Amino acid sequence: MAAETVVIRHEATRGGCSGAVGDVLFRSLTFLFALFVLLILGGVLVALADGALPALRTFGFSFLIDEVWNPVTEKFGALAPIYGTLVTSAIAMLVGIPVAFGVAVFITEICPIWLKRPLATMIELLAAIPSIIYGIWGLFVFAPFVQQYIQPAIINTFGQIPGIGALFAGPPLGIGVLTAGFILAIMVLPFISSIMRDVFETVPAMLKESAYGLGATRTEVVWQVVLPYTRIGVVGGIMLGLGRALGETMAVTFVIGNAHRITTSILQPGTTISASLANEFTEAVGDLYLSSLIALGLILFVITFIVLAFAKLMLLRLQKQAGG
Amino acid sequence: MRAFRIGFLGLAAAAAFGFGAWAAEISGAGATFPYPIYAKWAEAYAAKTGVKMNYQSIGSGGGIAQIRAKTVDFGASDMPLKPEDLQKDGLTQFPPVVGGEVMVVNLPGVQAGQMTLDGPTIADIYLGKIAKWNDPAIVKLNPGLKLPDTAIAVVHRSDGSGTTFIFTDYLSKVSPEWKDKVSEGTSVQWPVGIGGKGNEGVSALTSRTVGGIGYVEYAYALQNKLVHTKLVNHDGATLEPGIKVFQAAAANADWKNAPGFYLILTNQPGKETWPITGATFILMHKKQEKPDRAKEVLKFFDWAYRNGAQMAEALDYVPMPPNAVAIFEDSWKQIVGPDGKPVWDGHSS
Repeated sequence: MAAETVVIRHEATRGGCSGAVGDVLFRSLTFLFALFVLLILGGVLVALADGALPALRTFGFSFLIDEVWNPVTEKFGALAPIYGTLVTSAIAMLVGIPVAFGVAVFITEICPIWLKRPLATMIELLAAIPSIIYGIWGLFVFAPFVQQYIQPAIINTFGQIPGIGALFAGPPLGIGVLTAGFILAIMVLPFISSIMRDVFETVPAMLKESAYGLGATRTEVVWQVVLPYTRIGVVGGIMLGLGRALGETMAVTFVIGNAHRITTSILQPGTTISASLANEFTEAVGDLYLSSLIALGLILFVITFIVLAFAKLMLLRLQKQAGG
Repeated sequence: MRAFRIGFLGLAAAAAFGFGAWAAEISGAGATFPYPIYAKWAEAYAAKTGVKMNYQSIGSGGGIAQIRAKTVDFGASDMPLKPEDLQKDGLTQFPPVVGGEVMVVNLPGVQAGQMTLDGPTIADIYLGKIAKWNDPAIVKLNPGLKLPDTAIAVVHRSDGSGTTFIFTDYLSKVSPEWKDKVSEGTSVQWPVGIGGKGNEGVSALTSRTVGGIGYVEYAYALQNKLVHTKLVNHDGATLEPGIKVFQAAAANADWKNAPGFYLILTNQPGKETWPITGATFILMHKKQEKPDRAKEVLKFFDWAYRNGAQMAEALDYVPMPPNAVAIFEDSWKQIVGPDGKPVWDGHSS
């Protein structure tokens, strides 16, 4: 790295004055680009806040805690979509993280060399599939499968347990909060697993070999050497996946059932913020209706911001621990 | 993340409309339901006259907003504006085509056209009061059918839509309880059921769920061979859906005495009238700053009324009967230029 810098410096001085001017130009240009991103972000935020103002002024704080969403009487509350967004993302993380972790460990630690590249490429291909394809596949293929095999099994086992049974009650409809969570899990899996794979590969071979030399098993190496060494990257990957799950629109819209209701059972239909926007934006007649939808967008913006900020804080703490 | 996309979308839409307004062609924006027929007419009209019509199917809400902002020559909405709203914005409206809606069901052994339903029963199903297919109310309407003890899975549209408006308007007219609890709109707070996006979402959910019931546009049910039901109409007659009974609703409607043509064709009287029928509407400003463009728009729709019927029927839309067309074209006298003279002189040249 240092040697490279010296070479570049050297060439710059040989170019004389024009090199220095180019440097300044380049610096201002990149600064301008960076500023541009900030401007767009600020602009979007201002536009959202401005658009959401009528709804927030009309409903006040109750907008956040009201479940009613009635376009006819123009009474709107965001609780059902907020709830749906958080629950589907939680299910996606609950299912997606362990699988992604397993995939990444398999590829980096266990997989035979000849399978490594094809497998890694295929997982990255999952990330390249447009979300509408996931939605259509979810509606026509996955949901019927869930309805016929998975949901009856869940209802007959977990659904019968007193207490948590309420979470798994109701007729098997195929679509609903759980199915949306599953689809999201499949969608975030490639993101999380490819980042985990990349960071797992940064673990120095010497560390792992030392552990093996001391008689550690593969499981112990993964849990006590690889994971502690890479936890910052792992958390980063999970947060990226969570960000995608929170904002995902089309695939969820197809399989969640789009009902503005909060039900205790995760087998029943619900809705998310982005699904509500995708469904209702085009035909939202009336200023208050439109404003309420924009307010939903603002809430999603804030939720995403909180998640990112939380992730950054966690990373900072982890870094401190690693440093100290 | 979503917020970004919406921001960009708005920007892109603004740019598109900016250009539309400047180009030498007529431009419109709005409802998605009539888009196929408007596009078909535009293509045929451009081939004949060279005048291009650029229609953006962005949804009724967008269409109303765009015509208010005068970024397009006409707006389009599946839900007619109330006379007082027309007055407020200086707009006028007229309907170019009519569409019908049917109920589709999924019950093993029940074929298309075998089941009969009536308005109050449908309202009770969508209210959640009738939850089983062997409910006495359904059995009474279908003495010949063997109805199972299956739960009814109610399916509705999740996206805001003119189809929903027409359907809920019908339920409001036939059931006081529906009117009171839910009422009508392009999207409503559904007491029960699951939502599918678009006609294809509703039909996918209905045809996949045993015991499912949904409402879709007739053309969609026809093209996808869904199991539709017969309906009992306002006069108590049991009808099979079809272009003839949809057109009867438009022909029997009292357009003359409806201010601003604010008339929703659901539950209209007449022995041959299909109960769930609705028109889609064109919105224009009464006072035109660019009378030449307004005239081009009216020429286009005049041509469509006269020559577009076959094209409409080929796409399963219902063309307006001639007696109604005469009334609509008479109303174009309200559209005037800056000099106060009507831009439409009753001739297409």
